[in-house]
Amino acid sequence: MSSAREIEHFAQAEYKYGWTADLETDSAPCGLNEDTIRFISRKKDEPAWLLEWRLRAFRHWLTMKEPTWAKVHYPKIDYQAISYYSAPRSTAGKPRSLDEVDPKLLEEYAKLGIPLREQEQLTGVAVDAVMDSVSVATTFKQKLSDLGIIFCSFSEAVREHPDLVRKYLGSVVPYTDNFFATLNCAVFSDGSFVYVPKGVRCPMELSTYFRINASNTGQFERTLIVADAGAYVSYLEGCTAPMRDENQLHAAVVELVAHDDARVKYSTVQNWYPGDENGKGGIYNFVTKRGKCAGVNSHISWTQVETGSAITWKYPSCILLGDNSVGEFYSVALTNHRMQADTGTKMIHLGKNTRSTIVSKGIAAGHGQNSYRGLVRITKGAEHARNYSRCDSLLIGDRCGAHTFPYIENQNPTARVEHEASTSKIGEDQIYYCQQRGISAEDAVSMIVNGFCREVLAELPMEFAVEAQKLLGLKLEGSVG
Amino acid sequence: MLKITNLQARVAGGKQILNGVNLEVRPGEVHAIMGPNGSGKSTLAHVLAGREGYEIIGGTVEYQGQDLLALAPEERARAGVFLAFQYPVEIPGVSNMFFLRTALNEIRRHRGEEEVDAMDFMALVKKKLKIVDIDEALLKRPVNAGFSGGEKKRNEIFQLAVLEPTLAILDETDSGLDIDALRTVAWGVNAMRSPKRAIVMVTHYQRLLEYIVPDRVHVLAGGRILRSGGKDLALHLEEQGYKWVKDETAGVR
Repeated sequence: MSSAREIEHFAQAEYKYGWTADLETDSAPCGLNEDTIRFISRKKDEPAWLLEWRLRAFRHWLTMKEPTWAKVHYPKIDYQAISYYSAPRSTAGKPRSLDEVDPKLLEEYAKLGIPLREQEQLTGVAVDAVMDSVSVATTFKQKLSDLGIIFCSFSEAVREHPDLVRKYLGSVVPYTDNFFATLNCAVFSDGSFVYVPKGVRCPMELSTYFRINASNTGQFERTLIVADAGAYVSYLEGCTAPMRDENQLHAAVVELVAHDDARVKYSTVQNWYPGDENGKGGIYNFVTKRGKCAGVNSHISWTQVETGSAITWKYPSCILLGDNSVGEFYSVALTNHRMQADTGTKMIHLGKNTRSTIVSKGIAAGHGQNSYRGLVRITKGAEHARNYSRCDSLLIGDRCGAHTFPYIENQNPTARVEHEASTSKIGEDQIYYCQQRGISAEDAVSMIVNGFCREVLAELPMEFAVEAQKLLGLKLEGSVG
Repeated sequence: MLKITNLQARVAGGKQILNGVNLEVRPGEVHAIMGPNGSGKSTLAHVLAGREGYEIIGGTVEYQGQDLLALAPEERARAGVFLAFQYPVEIPGVSNMFFLRTALNEIRRHRGEEEVDAMDFMALVKKKLKIVDIDEALLKRPVNAGFSGGEKKRNEIFQLAVLEPTLAILDETDSGLDIDALRTVAWGVNAMRSPKRAIVMVTHYQRLLEYIVPDRVHVLAGGRILRSGGKDLALHLEEQGYKWVKDETAGVR
């Protein structure tokens, strides 16, 4: 088999999670206006201040234009053709424990490889699962709450911890921030909330799985994680969606806050349905993720492995406000078939001696288009700030593209900023070399890609790293002849 | 073990390079294939290993009773064909140990043997390290990345020692080696000589053959074997150079 054809064949990896669950759903009619927002807010029993905040966001959104600067192309989104709320009907009574959750829902999560029960018992990872718009179950709650850690769905946090939510909601990503974030503020459905009190080190990984199930549904999660002074938390996010011919919109907002000496580690393995090989269907993923290193010596670290979505538009960023604070961004983005990714980060240095590290690995196969877009801004007061950036691209085949758009704005002469970039191609000679040692071409590509991503994968918690490695291999199956 | 009959091959859509090679190699034998630049030595090695980019236009290759040319490169490797590359390839981020264990396990699985785990593999590696005098630290580094030319060649022989192929083809293993490195590499190859294993060395110079003494020497020129003989043939070449070969080739044409 010729290597070029092999590269072809390898790109034909099938999407493993492409089933839809047959669950009755309770949905809002398509369309977006103030009534839609009132409907969502009423469904969720929200306090007046939150409805007000949503409406302010919506009114602001009406004045905004969809951004066009990213290197992604897609047909115009009709925001009136989307349903902004969908809940599996059986959760209407709000389950208090796993026993009250619809067995069908649990079965669905088991298919995704996240058996909540087992995960609860075996791996010690606390899981919050969000299906369509509603958070289904949160495991390990009691154990966490003994330590004073709050880990629950966003809706529950609004009910149970309104002061905390009110204090931090929009404090990192304001409701005026950008087109998609503002839309999220208006219509967000559910998501996860985490608060780790002073001096507490969260003893287990906290994890959320998101799944879009109903068709024509937008999913707008809102995640808010606050680490108080001296606290530590590691949070994992996984995502899947069924195969559908039409595109589905996903516009989430994640806000992280780290106070003095606190550390937040946020890891994502994103595997939304990317569409078929001709680019039909797939998730449009327009996500705003931002962390604020509010306190001195605080530390926020983003690690992402982006393997899905038809379009990925995502820039997990850090605002380095506290002196000596540290921001990190480790990213693997893989585009195959007709997938398009425009992803990167912003590191905004405000405090003294702030440091940031950016390591981005882009992999493009098939007709995939992969762009890194990053901003490093050193402001006047950020004495002795340091940044190190590295952006590497790997091309598989000759119809894909890799692009790098690094922006550096430096207003402080004491700053030190380094940027390195490289582009390479998986060589036929590399594949041949592996084959000559007995390793099949597919395994060779998987091995070479994983080697290329090694530094980033090393940042992931162990089980997640294994999952990510397998996923990278799976996603490239058939892309090498 | 290996029987090449009237093998003809060309670069895909291009020039014909092998013009009817005949060669028979038995278990336990060491053969040297010598010839001037452009004679088709490396092409022969890669055609046997299954590199793409060549078209076979005639002839057959039989290896242990099977049609070698019908197998994919990884199937040939699993069946015991090993090529020590003239230019070993770098694979950044993939550790040598992981790479080699994966390869070994593919071969073992093919033979219906159990896979070796990391611990057993480590023990095996320690044993084989002595054969090529390779620095253990090299094994933890990514495959060939940042290795010197000599280290890369040693690494090839180290892989040979771990994978224990039935047919080892060495493509210009001596090129770019100083005399000490050459001795070490030759020592490693000699240690791998066995009644069950055949070794085919492709080389431009006679130098290597002082350290690895072949049973048979063949002169390849113009894409066919012009002359075969014992180890003395190599000495003859050393004295006379390849000019006579070229003259004879011209005569043939």
